[in-house]
Amino acid sequence: MIKRIRGMGCVPVLAALLLSLVLAPPTEATTVDHSKLDELQGPFERGEDVTRACLRCHTEAATQVMATPHWTWEYEDPLSEGRLGKKTMINGFCIGLQSNEAFCTSCHVGYGWEDDTFDFADQSRVDCLACHNTGGYSKLSGMAGHPPYERIEWPAGSGRYLEPVDLASVAQRVALPSRETCGSCHFYGGGGDGVKHGDLDSSLVDPPKSLDVHMASDGLNFRCIECHVTENHVVPGSRLDITAADPHGPIMRGRDEDRNPATCQACHGDRPHSQGPMHAQRLNDHARTLACQSCHIPTYARGGVATKMRWDWSTAGRLDDDGRPFLRHDDKGRVIYDSRKGDYTLGENVVPAYVWFDGRVRYLQPDAVIDPEGPVRINEYLGRPGAENARIWPVKRYEGRQPYDTVHRTLLVPNVAVHAETAFWLNFEWPAALRAGMEASGRPYSGEFDFVDTLMLWPITHMVAPAEQALQCADCHTVGGRLEGVPGIWMPGRDRNRLLDLFGFGLAGLMLLGVVIHGGLRVGSRRRLGGR
Amino acid sequence: MPRRIYLFTRFERFWHWTQAALILVLLFTGFAIHGSHGLVDFRTAVEVHEIAAYLLIALWVFAIFWHFTTGAWRQYIPTAQNLDRMIRYYVYGIFVGEEHPFRITVERKHNPLQRLAYLGVKLLINPLIWVSGLIYLFWGRLQGYLPDVIGLQQVSLAHTLGAFLMLAFVIIHVYLATTGRTPFEKIRVMITGWETHQDEDVKIEEQR
Repeated sequence: MIKRIRGMGCVPVLAALLLSLVLAPPTEATTVDHSKLDELQGPFERGEDVTRACLRCHTEAATQVMATPHWTWEYEDPLSEGRLGKKTMINGFCIGLQSNEAFCTSCHVGYGWEDDTFDFADQSRVDCLACHNTGGYSKLSGMAGHPPYERIEWPAGSGRYLEPVDLASVAQRVALPSRETCGSCHFYGGGGDGVKHGDLDSSLVDPPKSLDVHMASDGLNFRCIECHVTENHVVPGSRLDITAADPHGPIMRGRDEDRNPATCQACHGDRPHSQGPMHAQRLNDHARTLACQSCHIPTYARGGVATKMRWDWSTAGRLDDDGRPFLRHDDKGRVIYDSRKGDYTLGENVVPAYVWFDGRVRYLQPDAVIDPEGPVRINEYLGRPGAENARIWPVKRYEGRQPYDTVHRTLLVPNVAVHAETAFWLNFEWPAALRAGMEASGRPYSGEFDFVDTLMLWPITHMVAPAEQALQCADCHTVGGRLEGVPGIWMPGRDRNRLLDLFGFGLAGLMLLGVVIHGGLRVGSRRRLGGR
Repeated sequence: MPRRIYLFTRFERFWHWTQAALILVLLFTGFAIHGSHGLVDFRTAVEVHEIAAYLLIALWVFAIFWHFTTGAWRQYIPTAQNLDRMIRYYVYGIFVGEEHPFRITVERKHNPLQRLAYLGVKLLINPLIWVSGLIYLFWGRLQGYLPDVIGLQQVSLAHTLGAFLMLAFVIIHVYLATTGRTPFEKIRVMITGWETHQDEDVKIEEQR
């Protein structure tokens, strides 16, 4: 057999291999061809029908998914011991979920979450295809997590139509999630491509090495799950549960099962530098103080997609002379004003801010009383400067300006979408939008509102650049460098004792002055003494 | 008649000039790291500083060994004798054409002021720089073994203090090297090893 292949020569074998690579879609190492399963031949009317088919074989899948934040949009907050999550929390982007469910839940791994009556225990509501589709499947905003089952005009009034989803075809082609599938939600958080995170946007679907050394499609071509190694549908490495410091070697199977597999150290270990004994030693010592990301992600939003750095809701609602909403663009053609949303400041190739961080994040509780002077910190990254369990992390510092209740002094959730009578994006009226939003939230609202500056931090951890693009010493070891305001470290080049410098240079100066005077006198006396 | 004496052996001259070059390199790169000038970038400065430091340490270890095996360490035993005459010479005599009060011999190469100054360098400045520099270099590993009051800041300040003292020493030392009969006389001795004595010098020497 082997002989025969040899006899055929390498060329046809190679050609056949290449051809199969070109023709066949990327295949998983799997023993199941889903297109051959009777259960998936359809036809399916609704997403729930597909889920029921999936669960016939994958009996535990729904139970597993239902235990994760992808389903609950909630998690146990270790700091407050309360429950936090998208379900209740307020952010500085689209602000809050309540009353907007049918819009926001296009990114929920479920079908039909339109309000607080959604049945979180109904297994058929789990959307398997949201993560496992390989194309031809999109959940539309406003449809509460459903894909279009009929031909519809999208966006409404645009004159463009979307074909209904072919559920059987999508179900037969399921696979492990690709960058594109994860990205279909995680790249578009905050209402658009790259808006929220800064280190996650659609440029990571097909990134060059210079953008992301791990996900580069011409390089390692990692999928998200290569690092976010998922077991039982639990995806590790959430920003809600960050491992800020991981001072260990690489994960060894069987020994380190309880460690977070998504850290850099999980593969690289905590002393990964090797170029030259002296320099490597020094860099490895830096890993006691700095997160890897601080040097290895020189800037974020590097892929050509801008991220929002500031969003001012207070200017939203302006209409043109015909009473219609409008957009304003910057000189690069990017939207910087939208009647529905207000003014934005965009950023590309943004230098992160740097903060000490030990993994604990304190989130503003939805009912917390705020200081209207602002800026209100929606989240705070905790960590004592110099602590063993803390590292200096790069973060995106995002500024918002959003409505608050001037009587109760709490942040407000507006109804922005879905409901025709109240939605801000349809009516451009704050009072109705805020009343509807707060009613859905179940929290008190006085009816009096104004806008307050808010501040939110986002971890920067993707878009890891090739080593040669990492920061150089002098980016930080200088006055006015990247870590200028960061406390708890003594940095040569940035830090000095002014008194000691005054003494030292003063001493050297006096010595110089002394020798100049002494030398001058010698020259003078020598002349006087006649050249002795 | 002039008499020539072989004052500095080949090793002493090699030691002196190598040390001089390394100290200048260390001062230059050190103050670049400190942020006092930007004539060389931080990383290059750090790397050159470290290499030069290791070379200097090696040289010093060898020189210490040499001093003890040859007994040359006795050259640095301090003496208060005639110290006043030395000071008087440098603040007064040198300007009125007095003869230098000290006569060099192979057994006593350094005048009392030099002895004191070099001993200060060897016992105060060098150890300060060595110890603080080595702690600095191996901070990552030593940190855990040091008392809490010693942070990188204290180590850094001690090292910088040492550097300033060394800088002051270098300025004075270089200047005083020009105070021979001609500005280059003493420097020439340090290069060739040969000191030239005038006849009357020897007489004075013998009278003492």
